[in-house]
Amino acid sequence: MNSYQQIFKNGLWDNNQAFVALLGLCPLLAVSNTVINGFALGLATTLTLILSNSVVSLVRRQVGSEIRLPVFVLIIASIVTVIELIMNAYFYELYLILGIFIPLIVTNCSIIGRAEAFASKNPFTESFIDGLAMGLGFTSALVILGAAREVLGSGTLFANAHLMFGEAAKGMTITVIGDYEGFLLAILPPGAFIGLGLLIALKNVIDKRLAKPATQTVNLTMAAKKA
Amino acid sequence: MASNKKLILNAGLVLGLFSFIGIGLVSFTYALTQQQIAENERLFVLKNLRELVPENLHDNDLLADSLQISDASIFKNERSVTLYRAFKDEQLVAIIAQATAPDGYNGSIKLLVAIQANGQLMGVRAVSHHETPGLGDAIDTNKSDWVFAFNGRSLSDPTPAYWRVKRDGGVFDQFTGATITPRAVVKTVLKTLQYYQAHKQTLTQAAVSHE
Repeated sequence: MNSYQQIFKNGLWDNNQAFVALLGLCPLLAVSNTVINGFALGLATTLTLILSNSVVSLVRRQVGSEIRLPVFVLIIASIVTVIELIMNAYFYELYLILGIFIPLIVTNCSIIGRAEAFASKNPFTESFIDGLAMGLGFTSALVILGAAREVLGSGTLFANAHLMFGEAAKGMTITVIGDYEGFLLAILPPGAFIGLGLLIALKNVIDKRLAKPATQTVNLTMAAKKA
Repeated sequence: MASNKKLILNAGLVLGLFSFIGIGLVSFTYALTQQQIAENERLFVLKNLRELVPENLHDNDLLADSLQISDASIFKNERSVTLYRAFKDEQLVAIIAQATAPDGYNGSIKLLVAIQANGQLMGVRAVSHHETPGLGDAIDTNKSDWVFAFNGRSLSDPTPAYWRVKRDGGVFDQFTGATITPRAVVKTVLKTLQYYQAHKQTLTQAAVSHE
């Protein structure tokens, strides 16, 4: 496996910022009430991660270790403010829905975490890809959790898709359960915590299943040696 | 000692440089997007105004016939409130006030409050707010129909003493887990009604001099 594949595997699975590192929980739990909200915030976070990782990687030799954290915070805050202004100008209704969570991307620990743990030590291309991979991992967590909560909470999928993809996407909304009162808990914050817990548990089960065959072969070879 | 000083100075300079670049970037984007953002807000307001006062009820340009009002005795901390007026044949049909509830759960809530000439509420809409998703944001029409409870209400229905949420002994529902948001909205709607009552004369008279 080459290093780029390794970076992607890390971002999407092994070190998924939401399911493994448990970073950025505030936006993750708050905005994952529908697929589209989760997807939009995920994209904004991904963009921030890519840009901040790239910039941090480019200036990593010029910035001394004493002042690197304030400089990273400055870089991230500027990028997020720019993204917020652009969303406000060109995706106004989505911006209204995501409300305070766009500026709060600044406080998403996974962004400064990646800047500090990866981009400040790695060359540009690797850092760029790491930002993309980590962002996609975070986005997929938001989308999966958002889908689960939206189906349980309001019985639909892709509601409000037109806010992101334009009027043509109005027909994208799928009513999964018709004439559904809605399971309010799923939309409220506790639903986010419970949903996230279940997803982490699911990921751990899958990891264990994947790891089992490997240990079995080791055991077999060891048994063979003993015999 | 000397090299230490140099190190500190260097670090300061780098930090300063990055602040400068950051400010530059943000200012540049702001200058670039500000017009579009203002236009978005204007269209959004217009859309909401139309929803409250349908086009067939008036024959003037709502955005053109707006006033900046201020009344320290009612809107205490507000610098000014934007007021739109709808006329038909030079008669005042309704006013729409863009009032701000300063005491929402997460900062202020911008409201549009439409009052018919006879003092009855035509409707209330939340234009922008930062209330908690899933709790306080039930003031949005696409989240719940709570704000429709104001339709048709006036200063005599209920009397001002009952212009509160139920928990405070009034007639308006609060939402589960969020009393602060509806309390702020109810209070501001009441204030707007009181403003209209106090200034009814001037507002209708302005209609005469409107030509």
